[in-house]
Amino acid sequence: MHATSVTLTINGVERSVTIDTRTSLLDLLREHLGLTGAKKGCDHGQCGACTVLIDGRRANACLALAVAHQGAEIVTVEGLADGDELHPLQQAFIAHDAFQCGYCTSGQLCSAVGMLREVREGWPSSVSGSGPVELDADEIRERMSGNLCRCGAYVNIVAAIAEVSA
Amino acid sequence: MRPFRYERARDVDEALAGVVGAPEARYLAGGTNLVDLMRLGVESPSLLVDVTRLPFGGVQPTAAGGALIGAAVRNSDLAADPLVRERYPVLSEALLNGASGQLRNLATVGGNLLQRTRCAYFQDITKPCNKRSPGSGCPAVAGEHRNLAIFGHSEHCVATHPSDMAVALAALDAVVHVVGPSGKRSIPLVGFHRLPGEEPQRDTVLAPGELITGVELPPLAWARRSRYMKARERRSFAFALVSVAAALHCGESGEVVDARVALGGVAHVPWRAFRAEEVLRGARVSQELFRAAADAELAQAAPLRDNAYKVPLARNMIVRTLLDLVPA
Repeated sequence: MHATSVTLTINGVERSVTIDTRTSLLDLLREHLGLTGAKKGCDHGQCGACTVLIDGRRANACLALAVAHQGAEIVTVEGLADGDELHPLQQAFIAHDAFQCGYCTSGQLCSAVGMLREVREGWPSSVSGSGPVELDADEIRERMSGNLCRCGAYVNIVAAIAEVSA
Repeated sequence: MRPFRYERARDVDEALAGVVGAPEARYLAGGTNLVDLMRLGVESPSLLVDVTRLPFGGVQPTAAGGALIGAAVRNSDLAADPLVRERYPVLSEALLNGASGQLRNLATVGGNLLQRTRCAYFQDITKPCNKRSPGSGCPAVAGEHRNLAIFGHSEHCVATHPSDMAVALAALDAVVHVVGPSGKRSIPLVGFHRLPGEEPQRDTVLAPGELITGVELPPLAWARRSRYMKARERRSFAFALVSVAAALHCGESGEVVDARVALGGVAHVPWRAFRAEEVLRGARVSQELFRAAADAELAQAAPLRDNAYKVPLARNMIVRTLLDLVPA
C-alpha cells in the first residue's frame, strides 16, 4: 500500500489522517473518523446514499478519493444541525415522514441542501431548461434523481423539500 | 483495488512527466468513471496523476465569437455557464441530461470525453471483452446488446460511447486541445473518438500520455436555436438509449439554410449525422423533409438482433427535435 497524509476540514473541524491512497472520502469518514452518517449503498455513484458536501457542493463520497480532496471543506449529515436545533430539512423530513428504513436519508438531506443552493444560484435543470426555476414536484424529482430510496418514500421526500424551499 | 501512488501535478510538465512513457499511469480528474472502473478491477493503474489543479478552468469567449472551455471545468458549471446557455443551449441541455447533480459536480469536461463504455461485458472482469482484454472476444455480439450500437460497429466490438456532452460537441464542430510529449495539437471532436474496427481497446485517437487541456467551440450564431433530446429507460439519471443533438438555421422563405444533427447511444463514437444534414441543407422545411433526412442517415444502420428498436426511435427523435427547432 501507499500511505499518505491528508488534511480536511470536516463539519468545521480540521482533521489530519494518514491513509492508504485507495481510501475513498466515504471510507475516510466512516472507517477513520467514525462519522457513519454518510452511508455506503452501491459504492459506485449510482445510489446517492454517500452524498456529502465538498466545498459546499453535493458529491458522491464513494467516488471521491480522499487524497484528491486535500484541503477541502466537507459537511456531512452530522454537521447539518445547529447544536440541538435540527436543520430545517431534517425537521421537514420528520414532519412529512419522508423515510421508512432511513438508510438513504442522510444522503437525501445532504443532497437537498446542495440542491437548494444550486437553485438559489440559478442553475438550470433538464426540466426547467432556460426558463425560471420553479421548484415544483417535477423539478425536485429531476434535481434529486441521484438519490435512490428503495422504500419508495419519494412522495414524502418531495413534500418535505418543497416545504423548505417554499 | 490495486495499490497506487498518487501525485498532484503543479504544472503540465509535471503531469506529462508522470504519465508519458508509463502505461500503468493514469490522469485523474473528477474520478467519477476512473475510480469506479478501478473498484471494478477494469482499470488498475500503479500511479494516478491528479490534474485538477492545473490552470484549465473557466469558460472564455474567443475573439472569433466562440467559446474556450477548460478541460477541468466541472459538468455542472459548464451547464450553468451563461455564455454556453446563450450561445450553445444544446450543450447545456446535453450536460443536464447526463448523470446526477452529485456526479456533475465532480465530473470534468476532459474526463467526460474519455468516459469508457457502459457495456456490461466491459465492466465485468469475469467475461471476455476485446476492449478490456484485446483478443478475448466479444460476447455482446451474440449476447446482451439491447443498449449497444447500430452504427459503425465491428465483429470485435458493438459498444457505445456513453457521453451526452460529446454528442452536443459533435454537433457544434468542437475542437479538442491536447498537449503531449511532442507538444500541443488540436483534434476535431468529430474524429476524436474512433470506431472500434480491429482495435476496440482504443477509444480515441489520443497518443499515449496526451492530456486534454480544453475544448473550443467555433462561432455558430444560429446554434442559439439548438436542443438536445434523450430517450432512456427511466426519466432521469440513466444512459441514453438514443439521443439527438440538433441545431437548425431556417431562412426567411422557409428553407433550411444549414443544420447540425448528431446522435448518441448508437455508436462507438458520438455519431454526426452528415447524411441527414446533406438532405436538409437548402430544402424547404417540412415534416416530410425531416423524415427523409432521418431516413437517409438511418439507411446505413446495421442493428443487432435485439436493438433494431433504436432505428425507428432515432428516426422519430430526429424528426421531433427538428420540428421543435422550426421558428413559429
